[in-house]
Amino acid sequence: MSNKVIHVLYNDDDILMDAVKKTRAAHHHIEEVYTPFPVHGLDKAMGLAPTRIAIASFLYGLVGLSVATTMMRYMMIIDWPQDIGGKPSFSYIQNMPAFVPVMFEMTVFFAAHLMVITFYLRSKLWPFKKAENPDVRTTDDHFLMEVAAHGDVDQLVSFFENTGAVEVKVIEKH
Amino acid sequence: MYTFSSRLKTFSLVLIVLGILGIGYSFLTAPKTIEDVEKILKEEEAAHGGHHGAAAHPDAEATVHDAELTPGEGGHQHTTQELHETVPQGDHAVEHAIHDDRGHMENLEKHVTASHDAEAAHADEHHEHLEHVLHQLQNKPWSAVYVAALFFMLLSLGALAFYAIQNAAQAGWSPVLFRVMEAISAYLIPGSVIVFVLLVFGVLHFHHIFIWMDEEVVANDHLLQGKTGYLNGPFFLIRAALFMGGWILYRQYARKNSLLQDDATDNTYYKKNFKASAGFLVFFIVTESIMSWDWIMSVDPHWYSTLFGWYVFASFFVSGITAIAMITLYLKAKGYLEYVNTSHIHDLAKFMFGISVFWTYLWFSQFMLMWYANIPEEVTYYVTRIEEYNLPFFGMVAMNFVFPVLILINTDFKRLSWIVVMAGIIILCGHYLDFYNMIMPATVGDRWFIGAGEIGAILLFLGLFIFVVFTALTKAPLLAKRNPLMEESKHFHY
Repeated sequence: MSNKVIHVLYNDDDILMDAVKKTRAAHHHIEEVYTPFPVHGLDKAMGLAPTRIAIASFLYGLVGLSVATTMMRYMMIIDWPQDIGGKPSFSYIQNMPAFVPVMFEMTVFFAAHLMVITFYLRSKLWPFKKAENPDVRTTDDHFLMEVAAHGDVDQLVSFFENTGAVEVKVIEKH
Repeated sequence: MYTFSSRLKTFSLVLIVLGILGIGYSFLTAPKTIEDVEKILKEEEAAHGGHHGAAAHPDAEATVHDAELTPGEGGHQHTTQELHETVPQGDHAVEHAIHDDRGHMENLEKHVTASHDAEAAHADEHHEHLEHVLHQLQNKPWSAVYVAALFFMLLSLGALAFYAIQNAAQAGWSPVLFRVMEAISAYLIPGSVIVFVLLVFGVLHFHHIFIWMDEEVVANDHLLQGKTGYLNGPFFLIRAALFMGGWILYRQYARKNSLLQDDATDNTYYKKNFKASAGFLVFFIVTESIMSWDWIMSVDPHWYSTLFGWYVFASFFVSGITAIAMITLYLKAKGYLEYVNTSHIHDLAKFMFGISVFWTYLWFSQFMLMWYANIPEEVTYYVTRIEEYNLPFFGMVAMNFVFPVLILINTDFKRLSWIVVMAGIIILCGHYLDFYNMIMPATVGDRWFIGAGEIGAILLFLGLFIFVVFTALTKAPLLAKRNPLMEESKHFHY
């Protein structure tokens, strides 16, 4: 079975936005949009679900806080509670102000780094990854919308030509 | 144009009347003589006796025991002991000025020296203790009024500072809220007058919130003598008048220009306001810092902290922003602010969140540095607060930090009116408590209680605040017309 997609190229983000809205209104499935820079409101126009990365980051922060607390409680209070310069090491809460800087930094460290790693994993980015752009111009000054081609391909092509496209290509995808 | 709803007007007047009744009650029930105090203490002792047998002050005794069993063990026990040793004997004035741990120290003294002390000395000490308690109880209603008056006045100053920042930064989102901010800052005028009158009362010895105003105390206090060049009645009042005058001047000037800009044909008044705001912000940050030493830090004249000005600023700045958000939401709910959308509320809520964290940062920085170094002359400030104000002191951190951080971190929540209002109420109560914690330990010590006087004072100034602010709202259209950034602000979305 052939797996055809249509690549529609635009040279302006406003035209792209209009085209995305029209395409959605006509119930064509947008596979992907490639842009050289973030286009404000594109995700909403495409109807993408909001990201949950902030929630993940919050949870990672809680992990960091727990790690810092457990670590310092074990080392400073349970394992070897020395008297260091008169600081009270009888319970965690008694000496807590001294631990707060570490708790804070660990929270931020975990929240930030694990969130970034999550981002890489979810968007499948790594150093030797093969670049996926279908047209090199999309990293410079062109916008590309990839739409699944079902049924009458010619009619689809003429539909996209009417959305202000500078180029419409039918591609066989493997 | 906004019309002051008669229900809200009645509500504010009811608050004022209730407040005056509460304050009046607290003044009338404050003890007048030493005999009154003796009676109060006897009653307290009887109540305590039922539970603890002979020990009238069980916590003080426990402190002594701890210190004896494990010398220099816990942070605060150690400090109490040290303090006891460092305060020169017989220098009653100094002890008097450090209201703080008086009760504890005396009890320590009693336990340590009871066996070889003469009866006469004991009676002397008892009399002194009574006098000390009398002063604390007489300070209580005054302090309650002072805290609430200062809180609401600084809250409106915080809103004014926010307004000046928005002007100077040429913020594109906030011009639709300018009239709300201007109205909140209208309270600055009556608020400043009331605070100023309270300060004058202090200099005239009607109340004793500021211990350094008592010449007898200064005469016996080496440390205060060294500060008389700065801490003296006339200079204190001149500074206060200068600061308040400067703030009110900017407020009136900016308001006038803002109204003139409505009917102008060019942007002259806008530019004038821009320059005035930049100038005001410089004046403000200097005077705000000095104001915080004068009106707040000087109630503890033996104590000092370098970041105190910033700390006080963060406290009333976040209160001011919260007040802006809440009044905006009220007016929006009544259908008066056509162009205010959830994005504006979202921005205000972000500021509430961010400045709450900023306040916590300063609170903790001040606390942790002193806790860590544990220098007796600095740490007494926190010893008093942790030992005698434990719940308000740490409760305020929960209200001003933990609650807003957990509730306002969510983007969707920041757009919900009821969440912002709820968070706002908690933040405002928390920052009232913050001011309470700054003033009360120095003026009433362990005799604190949030009763008729405190609640009455809050109600009085809240009523007055509502009355003044909503009256000011009726004076001008709620949308500043010809502001160059107005179009952007109307269409602001985030």
